Formats: sequence, C-alpha cells, structure tokens
Amino acid sequence: MAPLPGWKDLPPGCPIQEPLSARNNLTGSWRSARPIWDHDKCVRCGVCDLFCPEACIKPDHEGLYQANLDYCKGCGICAQECVTQCISMKQEEE
Amino acid sequence: MGTRIGKEVSIGIAEAAMMADVDVVSAYPITPQTHVVEHLSELVADGHLDAEFVPVESEHTAMSTCCGSVAAGARTFTATSSQGLALMHEILFIASGMRLPIVMAVANRSLSAPISIWNDHGDVMAERDTGWLQVFVENGQDAYDHILWAFRVAEDHGVLLPIMVNFDGFIVSHVVESLEEWSPEEVRRFLPPYDPPYRLDVDNPWTFGPVGIPDIYLETRKAHDEALLGAKATMVKAWSELADVVGRQYYPVEQYKADDADIVFLSMGGISETCMTAVDELREAGKKVGLVRLRLWRPFPFDEVKAALGGRKVIIAIDRALSTGGPGGPVASEVKAALYGLETRPQVIEFIAGLGGRDVTVGDFKQMYEKGAAVAAGGPVPGYELLGVRA
Amino acid sequence: MSSELTNVFAAKMLPQRELFSPGHRACQGCAPALVMRYMLKALGPDTIICNSTGCMEIISSSYPESAWGVPWIHVAFENSAAVASGVEAGLKALMRKGKIPQRRITVLAQAGDGGSLDIGLQAISGALERGHDMIYLCYDNEAYMNTGIQRSSGTPFGASTTTSPAGARSFGQSTWKKSLAEIAVAHHIPYVATASVSYPFDFMEKLKKADAVRGPALVHVFAPCPTGWRCPSELAIRLGRLAVQTAAFPLYEVVNGKYRITQNVPHLKPLRVYLESQGRFRHLTDDLIDELQQGLRERYAALVAKAEASQE
Repeated sequence: MAPLPGWKDLPPGCPIQEPLSARNNLTGSWRSARPIWDHDKCVRCGVCDLFCPEACIKPDHEGLYQANLDYCKGCGICAQECVTQCISMKQEEE
Repeated sequence: MGTRIGKEVSIGIAEAAMMADVDVVSAYPITPQTHVVEHLSELVADGHLDAEFVPVESEHTAMSTCCGSVAAGARTFTATSSQGLALMHEILFIASGMRLPIVMAVANRSLSAPISIWNDHGDVMAERDTGWLQVFVENGQDAYDHILWAFRVAEDHGVLLPIMVNFDGFIVSHVVESLEEWSPEEVRRFLPPYDPPYRLDVDNPWTFGPVGIPDIYLETRKAHDEALLGAKATMVKAWSELADVVGRQYYPVEQYKADDADIVFLSMGGISETCMTAVDELREAGKKVGLVRLRLWRPFPFDEVKAALGGRKVIIAIDRALSTGGPGGPVASEVKAALYGLETRPQVIEFIAGLGGRDVTVGDFKQMYEKGAAVAAGGPVPGYELLGVRA
Repeated sequence: MSSELTNVFAAKMLPQRELFSPGHRACQGCAPALVMRYMLKALGPDTIICNSTGCMEIISSSYPESAWGVPWIHVAFENSAAVASGVEAGLKALMRKGKIPQRRITVLAQAGDGGSLDIGLQAISGALERGHDMIYLCYDNEAYMNTGIQRSSGTPFGASTTTSPAGARSFGQSTWKKSLAEIAVAHHIPYVATASVSYPFDFMEKLKKADAVRGPALVHVFAPCPTGWRCPSELAIRLGRLAVQTAAFPLYEVVNGKYRITQNVPHLKPLRVYLESQGRFRHLTDDLIDELQQGLRERYAALVAKAEASQE
C-alpha cells in the first residue's frame, strides 16, 4: 500500500478517488485450497466465472477458465457448481 | 437596494433560501420551525422557487436526504428545532465529516423532558461538537442576511462545511419585523452558484464515506478541525462582502456601548436585544456597563473574545442552556477557557436564563448587573445561578 | 428452461466488465459480494449506489482502496433509502434547472437484512411512499453478520445466532422472518421482487425491470452467508437454490400489485435437505423442523393463491 497522505493532503471528506482500487489488495493469501481445472472435461460454459464472488475467474484466449490466484480466496464455489465437475480443490502447501 | 417590508421572521428565512435558488429542501415539521418549511413548500407549489421539496418522514431522514442531495451537487436547505435536531444528531457528525455544505436554520427550542416547545439553546448546545459551523442571529434582518451568507461560506471551496444558522424559537421566529429583502442583483453579486469541487458523478466514480482505518481516521479529524478553525477567515471576508452589497456589517463578536465598560454582559442570540434596552437604561443611570454579543459560536472566536473581554472587571455571562451536572452554562465555560491564559483575568459570573421559554426582562438584566457590580466592588464570586428559579 | 440450465447457456452472455472489483474483503464464499457483482452487471456504469453500513459497505470501502467502479456513498446504517432520496431529488432538480446535463442515471440504495428490515425500515417506507425514482435493494443473509451473527427480523424461525442462541430453554430464533416484499407491496409501488443469488439471471432481469419503472422499486435478494450460517463456503450457491426449492425463500415479483411466482416449485423438496448442512439449524428437533416446514409451506401456499388470484 502506498504511504497514506498527511492531513493537509487529504481531499475534504476523505473520499477514495481511485475507482476499483481494491485490486491493490491481494486476497489470494487468504486461500487454503486452490481450484484446479481438468480442461479435458471443461465445456467452457463459464458457470465458474458466473458464481465467483471474487470475480477472479476468467477465460484465457482459448476460452479455458482460470482463477486469478492473486485474488482467489479458495471458497470452492466454482468446484461445487461446475456442471461437468471438472474443478477440484487442491490444498495449498504450508 | 431591495424593498423594506413587514414580515414574519420565519417567512423571511424561507424567502432568503428562495433567493439563494436552493435546489433541494428536505424537512420535517416541528414547532417552532414550521413556518419556514411551510412557506418554502408554498414557494415551490406556486412556482416561485424551482426546487425539489422532499417532505420526509423524520428529521433523521431530512438530514440524510440533505447529505444525498449535496453529495449529488445540489444546493440544499433544511430547518429544524429541538427534538428534531436531536434526532438528526447522528447524521450531523457525518454531514460535517464528509464535508457536505448543507445550510440549516435552527429555531432554537428546549429539549424534553418535560416536553416544551418554548425557546432556549438546549437543543443546539447538545450539537456543539458535531463539527458544524454555527452562528446565532438576533432579529429578522440578521436571520435573512445570514441565510444567504451561510451558503456563501459553507460552499466556499476553502470551507466545504455544513452550517447552522440559529434563531430563537418564537421570540425571533414568530415575530413580525421590518425586513429589507435583497434584490436579485444583490444576491447575484454576493452569492455565486454552487460549484461543487466534486460530487457523485458517473463520469468520475469516487467512493464517498469510506471506512476510516486507524491509519487515516486521525488525519481526517485534524483536517476537519483545521477546516473549522480556518473557516473564520472566510466568514469574516463574507461579512465584509455582505456589507459591500447591502451595507450591513457583522462581526464574530459584536459590542454595544462597551468601549469604556468595566462590567459587560455577554450574550448570544435574540436575548441580546432585551439586554441592549437594559444597558441603555443602566447607562442613563450612569453605570459604566456594556454588552458583548457572540455571533459566531463555531469556530469559537477565541481572539475576538479575548480582545472584547480582556481588561474588563466583571463579565456577566448569560447562557440559554444548562450543562446539567457540569460547569453551568456552555457559553460561560468556553469564555472562561478563552480568558484563562490572560495575565489578568476578569471575574465571570454566570446566569442560566430563560430556560424553556421563561421570560427574561429588562428588570432581570438590571438585577444581574447589581450582582456583577457587587463582585466588581470586591465581593465573592457566586456560582452559576438559574435565573428566576423558584425555591 | 430451468434457471439452472439458463446459467450454463447464458453465463458467457454476461457483460464482461467488472464494476465491483476483486480485492474486496468479503469472507470466502460470500454471496452478498456476488450480489454486488450481479447488481452492477445488470445496471451498468451509470448507477449511483447509496450503501448502508454493513458487510458490503465495510468490505468494499476500506480507505484507501475501493471495490467500486461506480459513484458510491455511505452515510450511516439506517438511512441509505433516505440518502438515495436526496441523491435522486438533487439530480432531478439539477437536470430540470439545466445545471447538469439530462441523463438517465440509476439511483440505488442498499442494505442488508438488519439495515432494511430492522433499523432502516422507516427510511425505506418513507422513500417508497414519496415515490422517488430509485431502486431499493436488500441483500438478505438473515442476520447481522458484520457485527458477529446477531439475529435480525430477517433471521428464520429456529436459527441459532449469537443473540438468539439455542440452549436448554431456547430453540434459537422464536419469531418468523419478516416479509420485506409484502411491506413494500403495501406501499403500492410499481415493482417489487424477491430474488436469489443462486438464480443470477432472474435476479439481474428483475433489477432491470426495477430500473425501467418510473418510481420506486424494491428487490429483496437472498444471499447465503457461509460464515454466519456455519456451513462450508462452497455451499453458498447450492443453499440459495435449496431455499427456493423448499419454499424457505420463494421467488416472485409484484408488478403494479399483480403477483407472479417467477420460480415455480410444483414439488417442494423436504426442508431438511436445506437445513442439514447449516450449523445454525443443527440443534433443531424433528418436531421443530416439521413446524418450520409447515409454516413455510403455508406461506408458500398463500403466495401461490395470490399469484393465481392475480391471473384472474
């Protein structure tokens, strides 16, 4: 996180002037398990993306889905909801 | 110059808000504020004022709605009193902390219990530390001028703070006075349109009212405090501009026949007018007495108070509110705090006067003067007194 | 087509732009966070959000980082409907007076179940009654989760929370969930709907309808909270679905007073399948489960009757 401003540099009322700046907060460190796709079984439907509370699952250029591990908290919804059950949750190493 | 006309003060306040071309009025009825907002709704209904009048279901919502409309960039006005002001309490801190320049007229009235619709300053004193600018007016002209002045100050980019214009319930609000209204040209010269430096804007999507983590909360408090203290310069400048436009000059602290006075009354609000009559009569009787009136309450005008009161023998401080179980009256407490650092401090005697609408007469002031004179003659300094209370 | 299949076929038709960003601080498996995501996909960037204090406020706006890609304001807990009233009135006046350009901007107020059903109810009622052109959204996770799982009037009968704990003399929440939608309907506003995070297209469609009407609209969206419900985080969406399929949270809309069930459930599943994976219901006896199921089914039957009456 960048150094916070002193009082003289705060805009009045302390608004946050940079939209979507929560992206600077990498929540991937919360994760105890990560989703792993078996892309042979993936039908590229995007239900994993649809139900991701972090909005961190996106298709790559081939349409295959991946979780951005900078943000993925490892909730496992994608694995639970996957239509072809192509996602498994793998425990993170210590 | 505008026209001079006899008018109820509440109606004058509403018409001053109309002259300011407010965009949004949001209010809930409470005695003795009602005539202000009734008249504003009439002005909207009759097409004299192009504004959204939002007739809300509570004062809490009135203040919340004002926060929303100012944040959207709209010039916003409300008015309240007593329990209504108390119900706004929570949101008052947020309006000022978010630096939302709302103008609110407060028809000062006592607080329950027992329920009382009559005048004192108990309502606003409970909101002293809400971080709002606060001024007191004494009469109708003063009230009318200060509504326009309040927009000029609050919306100044160097200020951006909400402001309360306090006027005494009934004894000012419901009185018909001779009022000089401003012409549109005078308003135009004095009050620029509201030009918010930022607002809720889909092309510039900022986040307002974020969570203040411990690493930033302290800085927000400091910035808020400095903004309040710094606002005085803008207020004084705006008073001087007001004088240029309509010829009436106001100051943070004003004096009446006090130049050579050893003993001075200190008052705030409409009661000052009665006190002036008492001073006139005491002067005629050869007493060297005067009156110092506080107009500005927040930011507290420390320098002006010291300049006006330092060197006096006795100050007769008149409060319109009681800090129950505390030091007496809030005005006297703050004045004493301001004078504490002086090498020779005046004696201060305190009267809590006119609570819940109890009359305060010229005779009462003369009695207070006698007690002040006894102290000036070397007598003991009494503790605060609730004027006129029956044993 | 069932909503489940809609999800499979339509997932990729969602707008790709994320106006609620990753990096927010919601718990793992937070369905309300997903509500935020869907909400902005449905409404788009020309939306102003007035957010009550609560989970979604605190997880999205910790200075200096914001998850929001639209203008957003938080004032207090009980007043988002009032703040939105002011924003709407302000924009209306400014546009009418030519002080800002004419433009269609959606104003949405939102709060959780506590901020809506309890402390915010008066402000909601006022805003709906005054007829502001705005949407009110309640994301319902059935307790005060932000402060640590205290009961609200949206907490279901039988649920154990930190202020309605199950114990030797208590089976948990002893009162029935308050119906925000029915309260909204009583204000005779043009659009009211219930929705669920587990039926995202239905939810987004309802938000678009709410946006399209002139005047106030209210959407009450069910959003499981794995932390507060004491269930595995991956079950959030499945539980939302089961809540609909067991009549714990039926989906319907009321357009100008006409009821329509938007997710018909001709054969309700036994309530037990919804309750069994949730720690908050673990203490319930068979009798209590039966009582809860019966109560929910009676309410569902009454809803079906209203929907049928609306067709006549």
